[in-house]
Amino acid sequence: MDQLPVAPVLLPAATAVLLLLIGDHGGSEHNLRRQTLSARVAIGSALLGLLIAIQLMLQAADGALMVYRMGEWPAPFGIVLVVDRLSAMMLLLTSLIAVPVLLYASGGWAGHGRHFYALFQFQLMGLNGAFVTGDLFNLFVFFEVLLIASYVLMLHGLGRERLRVGVHYVVLNLSASALFLIGLALLYALTGTLNMADLALRVPLVTGPDAIVLQVAALLLLVVFGFKAALAPLSVWLPATYAAASAPVAALFAIMTKVGVYAIWRVHGVIFGADAGASELLVQPLLLPLAVLTSAIGVLGVLAAQTLPRLVAWLTVASVGTILMAIGLFGAQAWSAALYYMAHSSLTVAGLFLLVELVAAQRGEVGGRIESASPVAQPALLGLMMLLAAASSVGLPPMPGFIGKLMLLQASIGHVHAGVVWTIVLLAGFLTLLGLARAGSTLFWHVRTDMPSGASGASAPLLTATAFLLATSVAMSVFAAPLQRYTAAAAEQLLDRRAYADAVLGEQGGLDARTARPYTGQSGGTR
Amino acid sequence: MMPSMEFLVATGIGGVTACGIWLMLRGRTFPVVLGLTVLGYAVNVFIFAMGRLWSNAPPIVGNGGAQIADPLPQALVLTAIVIGFATTGFIVELALRSHHESGTDQVDGAEPGRENAS
Repeated sequence: MDQLPVAPVLLPAATAVLLLLIGDHGGSEHNLRRQTLSARVAIGSALLGLLIAIQLMLQAADGALMVYRMGEWPAPFGIVLVVDRLSAMMLLLTSLIAVPVLLYASGGWAGHGRHFYALFQFQLMGLNGAFVTGDLFNLFVFFEVLLIASYVLMLHGLGRERLRVGVHYVVLNLSASALFLIGLALLYALTGTLNMADLALRVPLVTGPDAIVLQVAALLLLVVFGFKAALAPLSVWLPATYAAASAPVAALFAIMTKVGVYAIWRVHGVIFGADAGASELLVQPLLLPLAVLTSAIGVLGVLAAQTLPRLVAWLTVASVGTILMAIGLFGAQAWSAALYYMAHSSLTVAGLFLLVELVAAQRGEVGGRIESASPVAQPALLGLMMLLAAASSVGLPPMPGFIGKLMLLQASIGHVHAGVVWTIVLLAGFLTLLGLARAGSTLFWHVRTDMPSGASGASAPLLTATAFLLATSVAMSVFAAPLQRYTAAAAEQLLDRRAYADAVLGEQGGLDARTARPYTGQSGGTR
Repeated sequence: MMPSMEFLVATGIGGVTACGIWLMLRGRTFPVVLGLTVLGYAVNVFIFAMGRLWSNAPPIVGNGGAQIADPLPQALVLTAIVIGFATTGFIVELALRSHHESGTDQVDGAEPGRENAS
């Protein structure tokens, strides 16, 4: 099964092509059969993807670094796909979100525009590709794949507000892509490679004035990844965009934000991390303060939100702040907390995006606005799910959010800025509690019976999908011990640069690989 | 004295980038799209130049020790051009759609000085 690492990329790509062949003519009557068929194919493929991700994670859990060389070209000359513990967990997380979101979309949203399923698969291909690639230029390509799919998905269902926000979203992302390319070109000019393992070996060798240009390149990349991850002050685009997108798309975007976090981790955490010579721990003075700021802004947004989708979007920003805080602490223990918290918050936020739409649909004309209206038709069920998700976002025991935050607080003990981290994490938790309690009590208790009510009840697929996402999040508490062992091992693996280099560059002699670069034009000559 | 090739290319890229950024900061979608395109061109030449500038050197390795140009940035820039072309096509269509929907080509969907007339 040594072809397995490429499967998470090829499967959605093939499925997307198949779905395009099946075709989609929008919501017309005789399109119904095609829609049903498309939904089955898409969900079937996503389930298969879930199985592949589980298998990859089981293999990765043994500590194996699975390296797939495209066309058998030796690294660093060819493109490599690398699945380690972190990648495998991100793949599993993507699949765990994709399956219920597809189920939810098949309950109505998919018919509100054309080619929803095909675009969804392309987005999955981009996400999975970004998580498995071991090459920075390849990362750029997969970023573009997932972004182009996300542009269209964001506009799914159209409408004035989506188009208005969509223009901003696309223009901002295209500018970020330009910066990404400039950063990559500079990295290549100074090191002669874009392979992650090779870069990790060469960055420490760059010294003097060259090192300053190299750091400029790395900081440009921080701007790009920070933009995708919604790191303050580049986070202002996120709430408007996610709130305008349709519910299943916003739920899928919950994992898209994490691609930025993942890229920061790989590039600034590992390549420009400890032992990087002149560029050692380059972003440490920046990342922690910015993450703290992100968390603070996110929580203030939660307090100020007027509508439910915006509230959840701000929760996304706040959770990204917490994750990046943990990454910014630089250490195996903190990174373990970051991975655990990332998994929990992606699942919870995705579930919340779906849940708030169910709630909004049952409140008549008021919809997602946080003000009193007629009571929802299923108060016990929706209220309970809301309570679970809210408790987890806030970080109340025994929810996974509590465990994640506890891991983070424990990891920060002894750090210079431990006081700031403790204050912000605890304060953010408390303020999130206030914001969510306000929203919850308005939704479920401050009801008015004089207003026309909305939908009588949500259909089974919609409820199942939402409940599944929240249940997986809760399951993270039940299986906290094995998960913690896994995340701790994943963090250790990230810090072990020698093993990574040996696995990827094995044919070139691993850590001892030294070819004459940067490239100077003389065959065999060095500068 | 003749300015060096590096100086000319660097100044050129800088000038084009400045034009691109200026256009991107305009308030209407058409200049913004043009700005993104122009910025894309500047970035493409930048990637190309990052393989160092060579004259009379083929990008083929194994030339008997003769000088060769770095072929990799040329491959990278090809990918970047293709992606840039696709995204430009998309954003042109998106800008048109937005114009039809909102009746204005302002990037925030409303003429300045006028309330959101819906």
